[in-house]
Amino acid sequence: MDYKIMDGLKYTKKHEWIRQEGNIGAVGLCDYAQDKLGEIVFVELPDIDAEVEAGKSAAVIESVKAVADLYSPLSGKVTEVNEELLDQPELINSDPYGEAWVYKLEIKDESELANLMDKAEYEKFIVEEEEK
Amino acid sequence: MSEAKKTPFYEKHLALEGKIVDYSGWLLPVQYTKGLVEEVHDTRQRAALFDVSHMGEISVKGKDALNYLQKLVVNDVSRLKDKAIMYSPVCYSDGGVVDDILIYRLNADNYFLVVNAANTDKDFAWFKENLLGEVDLNNLSPEYAQIALQGPESEKILQQLTSEPLAAMKNYHFKADLDVAGVNCIVSRTGYTGEDGFEIYCLNEGASKLWDAVWEAGKKHQLNPAGLGARDVLRLEASMPLYGHELGKELTPLMAGLDRFVALEKEVPFNGQEALIKQKTEGLSKKLYGLEMLERGVPREGYSVKVGEKEIGWISSGSFSPTLDKFIAMAFLDPEAVGKHDEVQVAIRNRSYRARVTKLPFYRRKK
Repeated sequence: MDYKIMDGLKYTKKHEWIRQEGNIGAVGLCDYAQDKLGEIVFVELPDIDAEVEAGKSAAVIESVKAVADLYSPLSGKVTEVNEELLDQPELINSDPYGEAWVYKLEIKDESELANLMDKAEYEKFIVEEEEK
Repeated sequence: MSEAKKTPFYEKHLALEGKIVDYSGWLLPVQYTKGLVEEVHDTRQRAALFDVSHMGEISVKGKDALNYLQKLVVNDVSRLKDKAIMYSPVCYSDGGVVDDILIYRLNADNYFLVVNAANTDKDFAWFKENLLGEVDLNNLSPEYAQIALQGPESEKILQQLTSEPLAAMKNYHFKADLDVAGVNCIVSRTGYTGEDGFEIYCLNEGASKLWDAVWEAGKKHQLNPAGLGARDVLRLEASMPLYGHELGKELTPLMAGLDRFVALEKEVPFNGQEALIKQKTEGLSKKLYGLEMLERGVPREGYSVKVGEKEIGWISSGSFSPTLDKFIAMAFLDPEAVGKHDEVQVAIRNRSYRARVTKLPFYRRKK
């Protein structure tokens, strides 16, 4: 099975991605995770101005069969949420790296980026996951 | 726990790229490539093929078989005719449920029971413990494979493979020793989806041949495979109980609204009779209702249901319904509270979501 992985993003071991633009990061769920979950039917977004912590649950994504936490890749303050997902949660299935970003945050500590994987590392990680 | 078992169709699931999970000790596909939602639509609109070989089969034979079953199950087996099928809960003496089963009557002295996968061993032990008279009990589960062909096109698909006129087979009726594509089968007009369809049993040896023949016959009817995920959603839409959710040791068939399958007045005393009569007389503190979410949110098993701050029950099964395009659930609720409030709240994580109490079933097929 081939999963889409994008250049220029950073990835977590829980299959979230973050796209950094200056001190702002947009966060979403990876193709691999949406495929494992199946049809997404509900998204619970964080509150604007909420403080999220790296590795802690910031949003909830639900498919027909499962509930999954979306863990924030970095710590920071939520600046924007994608309200489109409330009515069209299935965007996470169809366009996980584009239209289906979940929230944006103001990056608090750039040094946390070192804990994340780049495309090549994440590719390797997924292969290992699949072999388990 | 012992290693998960493969059904005779395991290789078919792999070839069809099914996502395999361990379900009650069986390796079965939770869904295939089209996904659960499409598989539900396929079943409602055309036809879908399910591997349900995990279900258990137990044969009950002998001159006291009827008497024995009358004591064992809560429905009235004396009303069952040859070649017909009866659904019945099986209860403990306190009214709690051992399992819910199908009883196929071949003749007065010969019955074929179909039980839930996870309960097969427990049931067989319970059936043995309750044995009486001249009854020969056999657990046939390891020898039998089963497929379910469900959906409006099912009859047309299956008819290509047998000379038996299927249009004449009524719901909850069956034929044993039927030749389907050269395989000796039991074919019944039953299912767990709320659609028309058939369940087909055969010995493991013939399973692969049967599957291939049904698959081939289904091609021009756009037959698709469907997994356990779709099966669970389909039965929820049709509001059929699932053991461990709507039925269980602590739940009675009356609580689950299965009154018409509970023959309280049966002449032969049966396990659970006194407790169920008492419950019927005294009334229920919890009863099964339908819930339809008024706000977007997924109601799931175990979530509590409230009116204001007061908890009035819990959700036993819940999901997104692809057929109705709504979020639905079955829930055990306090009938008194429901009488006073049409609108309730479902506690999902740290928020309450509005829901409406509805009648069951959510979905009934047009005849």
